[in-house]
Amino acid sequence: MKEMTKEEKQARIAKNVAALIDADPSYSVINLGVGIPTQVGDYLQRKDVYVLAENGILGAGHVAVGDEIHPDLINAGRQPITEQDGCSYCDSATAFGLIRGGHINATVLGAFEVDENADVANWIIPGGKQLGVGGAMDLVSGAERVIIAMTHMSKTGTKLVKKCSLPVTSKGTVSVVVTEYAVFFFESGKLVLHKLAPELTLEELAAITDIPFAVADDLCEMVN
Amino acid sequence: MNKLLTAAEAISQIHDGDRIMIGGFGLRGCPDMLVDELVASGKKGLTIISNDLGSPNQGLGKLQTNGQVKSLIGSYYNWNPEAIEAYNRGEISVTLVPQGTLAESMRAAGMGIPAYYTPASVGTELEKGKEVREFNGKKYVLEEAIHADVALIRASKADTLGNLVYSKTARNFNPVMAMAATYTIVEVDEIVEAGTLDPESIITPHIFVNAIVKRGSK
Repeated sequence: MKEMTKEEKQARIAKNVAALIDADPSYSVINLGVGIPTQVGDYLQRKDVYVLAENGILGAGHVAVGDEIHPDLINAGRQPITEQDGCSYCDSATAFGLIRGGHINATVLGAFEVDENADVANWIIPGGKQLGVGGAMDLVSGAERVIIAMTHMSKTGTKLVKKCSLPVTSKGTVSVVVTEYAVFFFESGKLVLHKLAPELTLEELAAITDIPFAVADDLCEMVN
Repeated sequence: MNKLLTAAEAISQIHDGDRIMIGGFGLRGCPDMLVDELVASGKKGLTIISNDLGSPNQGLGKLQTNGQVKSLIGSYYNWNPEAIEAYNRGEISVTLVPQGTLAESMRAAGMGIPAYYTPASVGTELEKGKEVREFNGKKYVLEEAIHADVALIRASKADTLGNLVYSKTARNFNPVMAMAATYTIVEVDEIVEAGTLDPESIITPHIFVNAIVKRGSK
């Protein structure tokens, strides 16, 4: 199996998250975390999806370049952005009210680990270099659906583990996991494979996935 | 009552050991001039309540670089390694609060709500020591309102009464901090006569504002 570059992996993950959102009209308002999730916006085809940036804009547009840059307009990853038509501003309490109140259909976030119980760890690796939680806990406990967009493996092994070893961000809230090799849904508490990368067999996927998974009847190939 | 003050006059309301809220997300919507004046004042032992602490020697980071911080209450310090190192050396205390909880606790303080339940942090390390209660089959954590002695906030425009208008995502925590503090100082680009702002555009009503400082003034 030919190893993809880091950029190829990230692009494939972002494309597949975008494909899920494009295919399902129930995704209307979404939140995109920093890293791979931000790239999802580049691949979305639908124009009727609104992106909430939790620093206070509903209708965050694309990353601003040149004359588009306004000093007071950034996303939660501190990138300068543009306004989508129909955008509005709010304060931080209202932005998180939109999240906590269940008004956001999905949050797309990166992660260090996802486990069998749909727990996710994505806020801290103990050891002293990091000190921050940001909006991660509010997002995973408040959004209607939590889509995890992450590479399948870390330097030390699979990120789909039996039990999270790192401090969790929330328990039992993950709905979808998209990696460069697979698209999984948690259905009735069980992990189910819906899409598989073309270069992988089911056995090869199982060998790099510590969570036991079922295979959907309509299993198909990932968007490439 | 005249609310138009110089930065030095406004910052003189701050005492050593005060709890101070400071607006901004990253470096946007941060009252830079008031922060510079607070640095110049040399006030010490401060508890700084903010989303983040800017970057080393930039924005709020200047307060850490200048050794004025005793405690931090906020959500995200990964943009300021200097603050993280100070915490790891035991020089400052840090209370991490999920970002939405931080904002809501400030709103609650201003709105007369002493505590409220939220799902954020249930089952995590940040839940430890807090009451957890179930409503309709879902668990929630009890969070208390967060008050401050002084808030330093940033808006784009004020009228002479202190009604405020903001600019884009520079709004962020500023309106809720204005509500949560005993004494609120706002830094603005422009001050206009009361009665000239469109009342529909006012985000923060003047009752939450005690002092107005124009940027660039001395």
